Amino acid sequence: MSRPNYILEINSISKNFGGLQAITRLSFNVEEGLIFSIIGPNGAGKTTAINLITSMYPPTSGEILFEGQKLFRKKPYQVALMGIGRTFQNIQVFQKMSVRENVMVGCHTQSDSGFLRCLMHTPSVWKEEKVIRQKTDAVLKFLDLDSKADMLVGGLPYGVQKRVEIARALAIEPKLLLLDEPVAGLNLQETEEMAGTILKIRDTGITVILVEHDMNLIMGISNRITVLDYGKKIAEGSAKEIQNNPKVIDAYLGKEL
Amino acid sequence: MENRKGFSLNISKGHNFIPIERKRTIESCLLLVNRMLLKQKDNLCFGILALVIVAIPMFVESKYYFIVLNVIGLNTIVVVGLNLLIGFAGQISLGHAAFYGLGSYFSGILTVNYGFPMWPAMLVGMLATGAVAYLIGYPSLKLRGHYLVMATLGFGIIINILMGELEQFTGGHDGLMGIPPLTIGGLAFDNDLKNFYLIWSFVFFFMLAARNLLNSRVGRALRAIHGSEVAANSLGINTADYKVKVFVLSAMFASVSGSLYAHYITFISPSSYDFYYSIQVVTMVIVGGMGSLWGSLFGAGILTFISEALHIAEQYHIIAYGIFLCLVLVFLPEGIVVGIYNFFLKIKTRKAIIK
Repeated sequence: MSRPNYILEINSISKNFGGLQAITRLSFNVEEGLIFSIIGPNGAGKTTAINLITSMYPPTSGEILFEGQKLFRKKPYQVALMGIGRTFQNIQVFQKMSVRENVMVGCHTQSDSGFLRCLMHTPSVWKEEKVIRQKTDAVLKFLDLDSKADMLVGGLPYGVQKRVEIARALAIEPKLLLLDEPVAGLNLQETEEMAGTILKIRDTGITVILVEHDMNLIMGISNRITVLDYGKKIAEGSAKEIQNNPKVIDAYLGKEL
Repeated sequence: MENRKGFSLNISKGHNFIPIERKRTIESCLLLVNRMLLKQKDNLCFGILALVIVAIPMFVESKYYFIVLNVIGLNTIVVVGLNLLIGFAGQISLGHAAFYGLGSYFSGILTVNYGFPMWPAMLVGMLATGAVAYLIGYPSLKLRGHYLVMATLGFGIIINILMGELEQFTGGHDGLMGIPPLTIGGLAFDNDLKNFYLIWSFVFFFMLAARNLLNSRVGRALRAIHGSEVAANSLGINTADYKVKVFVLSAMFASVSGSLYAHYITFISPSSYDFYYSIQVVTMVIVGGMGSLWGSLFGAGILTFISEALHIAEQYHIIAYGIFLCLVLVFLPEGIVVGIYNFFLKIKTRKAIIK
């Protein structure tokens, strides 16, 4: 049924919060290796969509398939282990840990020593630590964070913290990366750098789902765009199609009277 | 519209954020230097601790001081375990007296009533306490928020009552007498000096184990959970599982300490394991510094000492204890060790900046 090149398939999901219908019968498919963007006015349900994909809460109805596997009833950490990484709209970095340690936490998925082995600090833990350190260095280098590796994240500028969050998500070796407003609050130069970073991530073969308000960024780097309004999909297509779609223009600017 | 949004963001960045950020960067560097020094000094500290443990008996002669030192050691084991839970996983337990007591009573009952060999009894006590902790922790830690506090509070009180009421096993309120001292081969730990070495070698190795844990994958995961549970989850960390496991581990630390206590004092009664003891150990964690291993040692040391010194004041010593806790929380909220360290570091940096 599922075409092999769709990494993520969303089939008619809905989500109600009490009486509020946050998402109504939303469907879209994300092709592997592309940048897929979700846009829409405030409150359109973009973040809810991301939270549903990462199983932060279950959909009221409908189903989500990741690489053909159902995500129903999976815990968020299980979704992460399957290969879906994410960042948060209001950044959730570990403020009291250094940049390196933040990324090292991300390497959790590729190591398996438990409490007992860590208490004893067995040779296998040593080996694992070494691998984690190498992996971390590689990720830090990839995102140009190596010069700040030993600084505490809490004291770094907002833009850098956002990059740390992406680095941390990359460390889990995701196949699909969900970025929730990666350039919100960044200045123009930082936004440009971030666009470069996102393209670089895509070029390593990771599929990216981007939720953003910054239209320049979206139109510049997305391969495909879905537009949400009041929890419903109102359009989907390439940047050019979206820009000329009257429904989208209405949603953003309001209808002419 | 979008351009305007980007523009306004630039303005606010230029005017508001930079000074704050600069301040935060300085703070961040301070904390980092602090932590690097702490890390480097860590091995040194363990060396010094070993030396001090060996050397103390050369300077201390009074039997009374040995008893105090031994109690400090026993408390340190409990506090180190509890700090893993409070300082790293961000959960609070008010039932550690019960886990401490379970260790004591398992060792006591198994050896006195059933003639169990001592070390296996201690191991059984540790595992059983861990199992009990799992049963309490599993349901209460699945929920977000501080349900563990309420669960352990109730549990601690119930266990304390059972110690007094299950007379045929525990000897009731009169306590359980005649617990044999521990032996290794032919060596019996039957006086305060021998017990000093026994207890403090346990302290040394438990602290070493805690350090190992914290510097590993599991330790990072625990700190991540403390930082942001949602984020930890999104990185593949089974947060509920980790919280239960660290709680179980923490209960096991307390249990071993309780077993050592039972074999050292050779007599146990319910009054040693009341709610007040649970509060005491939590206080020691906070006073020493949450998330600081050496703070645990210090907190256990200073508060055990204070409560000994205040014995003259009888029941009023609880008040003094409370005042002390308040003062620490107001003036050194990070705990004494971390707080004082940061204070001196700030002075040093300020001088360096002025120069």
